[in-house]
Amino acid sequence: MLVAFSAVSALALITAFIFRAGLPIMMKVGLGDFIFSNEWRPTDASPSFGIFPMIMGSLAVTAGAMVIGVSLGLACAIVLTQFCHPRAVSVLKPAIELLAGIPSVVFGFIGVVILVPLIRQYLGGWGLSVLAASLVLGIMMLPTVTSITVDALQAVPRSYGDGSIALGATKWQTTHMVLLKAAGSGIMAAVILGMGRAIGETMAVIMVIGNWLDVPHSILDPARTLTSNIALEMGYSAGEHRQALFATGVVLFVIIMAVNTAALAFSRHHLRKAGMR
Amino acid sequence: MRPIAVHTQRIATTVLWTLAGLTIGVLLFIIGFVLVRGLPHITLEFLTAAPRSMGREGGVFPIIVGTICVAGLAILIAGPVGVLTAIYLTEYTRPSRLTAVIRFGADCLAGIPSIIFGLFGFVFFVIRLGMGPSILAGALTLSLMVLPTIIRTSEEAIRAVPLSYRDVSYGLGSTRWQMVMRVVIRSALPGIGTGIILSLGRSISETAAVMLTAGSALNLPRSAYDSVRTLALHFYILSREGISMEKAYATAAVLVLSILGINLLAYWIMRRFIARVT
Repeated sequence: MLVAFSAVSALALITAFIFRAGLPIMMKVGLGDFIFSNEWRPTDASPSFGIFPMIMGSLAVTAGAMVIGVSLGLACAIVLTQFCHPRAVSVLKPAIELLAGIPSVVFGFIGVVILVPLIRQYLGGWGLSVLAASLVLGIMMLPTVTSITVDALQAVPRSYGDGSIALGATKWQTTHMVLLKAAGSGIMAAVILGMGRAIGETMAVIMVIGNWLDVPHSILDPARTLTSNIALEMGYSAGEHRQALFATGVVLFVIIMAVNTAALAFSRHHLRKAGMR
Repeated sequence: MRPIAVHTQRIATTVLWTLAGLTIGVLLFIIGFVLVRGLPHITLEFLTAAPRSMGREGGVFPIIVGTICVAGLAILIAGPVGVLTAIYLTEYTRPSRLTAVIRFGADCLAGIPSIIFGLFGFVFFVIRLGMGPSILAGALTLSLMVLPTIIRTSEEAIRAVPLSYRDVSYGLGSTRWQMVMRVVIRSALPGIGTGIILSLGRSISETAAVMLTAGSALNLPRSAYDSVRTLALHFYILSREGISMEKAYATAAVLVLSILGINLLAYWIMRRFIARVT
């Protein structure tokens, strides 16, 4: 049953090839310079490769997306599990999950056609901005956050909620004092997985963020993320430039692995807690 | 104390319902917007003709064919591998360090962003194995990307088959392989099918990985080594390069309708599966 190792060997192959393609240029430029330098001029006669603006862009966009995606996602999950008729849940939850299948380019496109002009008109700036990217990504990560949080809330034993209601707590008190706490590590896993999606998203971000090469100073500034840097320049890159894009991939890969390992740890913790009851 | 608590509850409920309503409103708006703008431009000619002048005129026929080739081949590769892995994990091993490693691998693979798969596909399939930007390279890359989903859903479907089925099958004298193929897989088939169909939807909607591995040729492919353009990438190029908004909307509508159709089909199969198990 060698087939069973397909996933593991794929992971190993991917890691090996991305690192092999990206590490040489990182070593040549110096890890510190590569990560903390502001200068990304890959096609100059004496090129410089610094991805600090992209790292900041990715962080800013992800943070913004989390604010939107997590608050809306949690609200949806709480309404679905606590304040909603079961029949409505059986329609709404799959409906939200169906939306997870909408291609990211479509989200990006709606962002460009509707969101960007609105921001330009009412908030000023160029429109293509960290704010636009955060909004688009926040909505894109909603289905992930909602559906995993619903599962976590539903896994809390009924007796917890019933006990709290019997002690005279209102439904809302029960929800935020008992249920959210009991489902805490499951919700944490949902949030972190959503975060992973936001950091890794490429096409939707390219379309709305403006792809500017400076560190963003306000949410109305355009920026560039690690992912969009790779996708934008891969087509015409060669030599060291191409290696530097792979090195950007290495940085992204390391960030994502850290984020996902955290999510796995939280969901294991959640399962263990659920299993003990 | 009591009235305040009741008051808080009322406020909290209102806020929560507003946020939830807003979410569902936004999501419905997105689908509605694409369909309203795109459907009027979908004609028989659009679906059956080849694109002319970079897609400004004509249709998307070769692009539909390209999408089906890449996504279909990806599923043909990932499906058997994923299902066999799931069978191995559930029927042939006890939980051990080994299965933990396999599961960890699958979980990690599931979290890797598509652009990284794209980079890998580019350096490994396109360059190292010399496939060039092609259907084959794109399909292999996508198959790695959807593999964890197929493993996970098949595993859950197989675990949901009652133990008594297995015992009866053994009692009737069948071997383990016969038991797995004729009893377990047959009962778990709808669950496995759901996972595979969802993966098909994901393959169709993927853009970044395909862009780096399958190229963007507009011709009808003649072999698996030909470069093709998928619907999602065509839509991206049309709208980003401002080639034709009309054709972009129409392409988006075709894309969204096919994905919704695929996902609804998966959901319908799942519902029947759950109804039968319980």
